[in-house]
Amino acid sequence: MDTAKKAFTASLPVMAGYFVLGSAFGVLLSDKGYSFVWAFAMSLFIYAGSMQYVAISLLTGGASLISTALMTFMVNLRHLFYGISMLKKYSGTGKYRPYLIFSLTDETYALVVNGAPEGTDEHLYYFLLSLFDHCYWVAGSTIGGLIGAALTFDTTGIDFAMTALFVTIFLEQLLAAEDYFPAITGVLATVLSLILFGPDTFLIPAMLLISVILTVYGLLQMKREKTAETDAPAAGREEEER
Amino acid sequence: MMHSALIVAVIALVTALIRFAPFLLFPQDRELPAIVTKLSSLLPSAVIGMLVVYCLKGVKLLSSPHGIPELVSCAFVVLLHVWRRNTLLSILGGTALYMILLQLVFR
Repeated sequence: MDTAKKAFTASLPVMAGYFVLGSAFGVLLSDKGYSFVWAFAMSLFIYAGSMQYVAISLLTGGASLISTALMTFMVNLRHLFYGISMLKKYSGTGKYRPYLIFSLTDETYALVVNGAPEGTDEHLYYFLLSLFDHCYWVAGSTIGGLIGAALTFDTTGIDFAMTALFVTIFLEQLLAAEDYFPAITGVLATVLSLILFGPDTFLIPAMLLISVILTVYGLLQMKREKTAETDAPAAGREEEER
Repeated sequence: MMHSALIVAVIALVTALIRFAPFLLFPQDRELPAIVTKLSSLLPSAVIGMLVVYCLKGVKLLSSPHGIPELVSCAFVVLLHVWRRNTLLSILGGTALYMILLQLVFR
């Protein structure tokens, strides 16, 4: 019960963001003549925010299946990173595992990266976080599809909730970090790539750059740890466990 | 409508494939290569940093309002968060400020 409560509290920022972004998606889709059933099904089965926005133009433009697949690949490739960093965390999660992997969105990733609070059932906590987020997204887009453009409240700028969420989580990571190199690499490599390639295609070069830099950095660190281990094997072990 | 349904199916399939790929590539019953374990501890803060920039990719620094609403609101989120360490408060405060700036100040 405590686990559910803590997962719910942690998911509240995403609730705000997903209701807004989800309903905006539903509204846009219904504008193009696709009923709320489409918004519901897409949010349930695709469950990838930015890709669903791209999907609207693919649907209305009648894109070919090949170009749809390619587009999806490019927009969603960043999810590879999430998987790689969750390999350990999600191992041994048993029956929750397939759903945890399926529902690993940007926002859920950001929450799970923060870890489970003390005194909770860790795996159940991750599962509930994922499930709550998914529900918000599906509910938001279905409601958006139902009410269509009848929305009168001026929500301009409310999508900043997602940016704010990532900023706070980035800050949490920095405050907890002993090593700032990965965080700085992530920001600088992405900014550099954004300047060089522009806002439409920068993400894949940014990912490549981050992967290369961190792999080299990781290898150097491992080499250093190995040298340290010959001096103090116990300390090296502990470092590995973390 | 049939073609639309196929488009949705392809997107869902490719998205799921990307999400499952790392887990299929490195099954949990086998020991992870050391460098992958290393990467999995180095990646998260880099990725979150990447996501922050990704969220701000549409900001135009060269034309009005020169990214001022974004900069001010992000700074506010940081201050609020360092002060209270309450994620929900930081997000609500930052978003409210951003909406005010966008709807009332920089309209």
